[in-house]
Amino acid sequence: MVGRLLLHLLLLLVFAPLLLGVINKTKALFGGRVGVPFLQAYWDLARLWRKGFVFSRTTTWVFQAGPVVALTVPVLAALLIPFGALPAPLSFEGDLILFVYLFGLSRFFTAAAALDTGSSFEGMGAAREVTFSCLAEPTILFSLILLARLSGGLSLNRLLGPHLAASWGPAGASLGLILVCLLVVVLVENSRIPFDDPNTHLELTMVHEVMVLDHSGPAFGMILYGSALKLMVLGSLVVRLALPWQTGHWLTDALVFLGGQLLLAVLIGVIESVMARLRLVRIPQMLIGTSLISIFALVLVLR
Amino acid sequence: MLWVLAAAALIALSGVPGLFRPNRGGGERLACALVLLGAVCGVAGVAGRLLGRGVESVTHSWSIPGGEFALRLDPLSAVFLLPLLLVAACGSVFGLGYWPQREHPRNGRKFRLFFGLIAAAIIVLLTARNSLLFLMAWEVMALSSYFLITTEGEKGEARRAGFIYLIATHTGTLALFAMFAVLAQISGSFHFPAAQTVAGGGTVIFLLALFGFGLKAGLMPLHIWLPGAHAAAPSHASALLSGVMIKTGIYGLVRVTSFFADIPPWWGWTVLLLGALSGIFGVAFALAQHDIKRLLAYHSVENIGIIALGLGLALLGRSFNLPALTLLGIAGALLHVVNHGLFKSLLFLSAGSMIHATGSREIDHYGGLLKRQPWTGLMFLCGAVAISGLPPFNGFASEWLIYLGAFGAQQGDALTLRLAVLAAPALALIGGLALACFVKVFGIAFLGEARSAAAEQAHEAPLSMRLAMLPLLAGCVWIGLLPTTVAPLLQQAAIDWSPSCVAARLSAPLAPLVWVGGMGWGLLLIVAMTWWWLRRRTRGAPDTVATWGCGFVRPGVRMQYTASSFADFLVGLFRFGLRTERHGGEVAELFPKPGHFHSETPDSVLDRLLYPAFRRTALVFIWLRARVQNGQVAIYLLYVAVTLFVLLRLVVF
Repeated sequence: MVGRLLLHLLLLLVFAPLLLGVINKTKALFGGRVGVPFLQAYWDLARLWRKGFVFSRTTTWVFQAGPVVALTVPVLAALLIPFGALPAPLSFEGDLILFVYLFGLSRFFTAAAALDTGSSFEGMGAAREVTFSCLAEPTILFSLILLARLSGGLSLNRLLGPHLAASWGPAGASLGLILVCLLVVVLVENSRIPFDDPNTHLELTMVHEVMVLDHSGPAFGMILYGSALKLMVLGSLVVRLALPWQTGHWLTDALVFLGGQLLLAVLIGVIESVMARLRLVRIPQMLIGTSLISIFALVLVLR
Repeated sequence: MLWVLAAAALIALSGVPGLFRPNRGGGERLACALVLLGAVCGVAGVAGRLLGRGVESVTHSWSIPGGEFALRLDPLSAVFLLPLLLVAACGSVFGLGYWPQREHPRNGRKFRLFFGLIAAAIIVLLTARNSLLFLMAWEVMALSSYFLITTEGEKGEARRAGFIYLIATHTGTLALFAMFAVLAQISGSFHFPAAQTVAGGGTVIFLLALFGFGLKAGLMPLHIWLPGAHAAAPSHASALLSGVMIKTGIYGLVRVTSFFADIPPWWGWTVLLLGALSGIFGVAFALAQHDIKRLLAYHSVENIGIIALGLGLALLGRSFNLPALTLLGIAGALLHVVNHGLFKSLLFLSAGSMIHATGSREIDHYGGLLKRQPWTGLMFLCGAVAISGLPPFNGFASEWLIYLGAFGAQQGDALTLRLAVLAAPALALIGGLALACFVKVFGIAFLGEARSAAAEQAHEAPLSMRLAMLPLLAGCVWIGLLPTTVAPLLQQAAIDWSPSCVAARLSAPLAPLVWVGGMGWGLLLIVAMTWWWLRRRTRGAPDTVATWGCGFVRPGVRMQYTASSFADFLVGLFRFGLRTERHGGEVAELFPKPGHFHSETPDSVLDRLLYPAFRRTALVFIWLRARVQNGQVAIYLLYVAVTLFVLLRLVVF
């Protein structure tokens, strides 16, 4: 129990920033550049860690609560979700709801912290963030229902358990569809192209980045680290679905999982390189479309 | 039971001494003390009864034919009674600061009289076991709430809201009269039948109950009276109306459905669909509001929808004989009744504190209140997190139970049952929208810079108002972190509703509640640790610079995002149902002149459907009257002659 907990935390806390490096390297390769080193995210975090803070006079304690919740929620959520074939250290009937709602909590405080600055740009970002997330929420639920239907349980350990490899046979079409849907959710929730551009330089066009404009120093580091953790935690849903095998030994399981995460990072990098950003008004349509696809996938197994 | 009766008497009479003391404070402290004493009596009585002490029922003969003064206190009633007593007590303490006699000499005494009366009427209503007694309490409650809504009767808005409420509630009561008459025909007496004893004849009763009780609860197409009424009443009355009074509709539905032995699946489906409709559109309408109390009122519609989702799942569970589903559905619905009573009252009271400080109900007139009202802000934030159903507060526990019920439904054999799993994504959408809405309210009202002079000079609420919010917050935290402590009560109440739930007791579907509480503690712990570390690091950090304005040198407070602009994207997605009206805001020439923009979202059912329909009907009748009563004497003589002829014909032949 304690061993699994430590292994989980170790995998998460150590390897999450690496994924950002892989994404950036992939994008650089596509752009014909050398790109920043793989470990750049770690150096960024170390640099921010040593810096001081600057606060706007408009802000209150809520502004600091944003980074705190944004960092702690992915850590707690990670304890509920299996990393590949490594089962989650904490598991109970219905933990999938808690998993979804924990991210809701982090969204609440991130958006509130953005509004705390009184800046209209950050208000704009907060409004977009809550809008897109609440449209993505039904898709997650449809996918979880589908997985629950296939597994017969209500905990993430059961949902993403060893039966998954066998389920790909009879329910392959449904699983394939929700794999795509969950990938879209990962892209939306982690503010990736085509929904949001983490590297854009114009405040008006940002979604997530504009919300954290006024954060500084270690608090900004907490946000960066938190979003890396979130990418890994949500990505592990996709990775487990795509690579549903058990090897039987924890070390090989962990390696398969990490390999899957790296592949996912490369995939995200490729998507970011070959796609343009969607127009803002197209994003809700895309998300509603994703929900419809996931309903279709669900109907295939519910009938 | 006797303690509860004493509580009802004390609370009912709380406003009476004030009537005889017009000049000496109107007896406001005495009224408050009586309500508090009554609440303590009531809680003691309910707690004693739950522990198995005291008498369970009181029966007295009554001179009204068919009537009997029959009261009984079972765990199902207790679930509804406990939040009532708490909210009534908190509301009356809040009133000392919010609605003091010296500031409201004209209506303060009237308000306290009806505040006590309505609370006492609900106590009787929740324990009544005889249809006539129930209806009598129902009417006292309906009329008292009319007087609470029209407390400020000199304002046209309050009179209009009160009038709509009066029409709505009496239409509902009419349906209930019919419903109880039919029930008496089937069961043989006006006494409430025991659970699951009535066989057959349910369709008419169910439809009438759904209409009558749904009108009170505010299920979506029937919610017409709710937004106006909650907005017009003083905040602590809104807390009682929204937190407790509308739940009597849910209580009625729950009680009436418990009588029947077999439940056809379409009952569950009807309640489920109405619940999803109320939930999604309730919160969509809430997003489009900029009056804080109307917004909170639409959230009551949303939460009633969530409760209905739970009830619908439980009904389906009974139709298909799945005790676990029944238990999860009804336990979730009942827990959400309690939770909504707690956090909605907390939100209404803290909204009252904002209104008290700024004199406005417009969210866009607040801004930056957290600096001036730190306590109110904290209370509102906790209420907002709780109502969005987020851990670690109580809203999560009840929504979690309903989710579990919905997920359980997909393991059923029949496809009609399996489709009920779609309640889960509906609930997720409701949750996401509610979160967006409360980020909006909290962010626009409490964060940023003050948007008006009044908000700049706002002051923290007096001690009595702050103290009144504390027990409600404590309730939210308690149920969120220790949900297992209420599980036995929920289980008892579920068995009251449907004895078949006993079968689910052994498998204990409520057991994972331990984990929900535990994870809440874990979350609080690591957030507190990180928070503590961050606060230590930030000590002495400069906090005098301006927010980054993207290079703009003179940012003004009016450039902040407003409530309407925050919600605009989402409201636009729901424009097929909301039909928000926009006035002005067009930019015409190269050098535009100062312009105005105004948007409002009238209620689709009331303002777009019922009003025009009634107005047209009225026009038809006016036209008819003009034809019939046209002022020509000859025609009037003809009427007299025709009438005489008809009478003659009737008498002679």
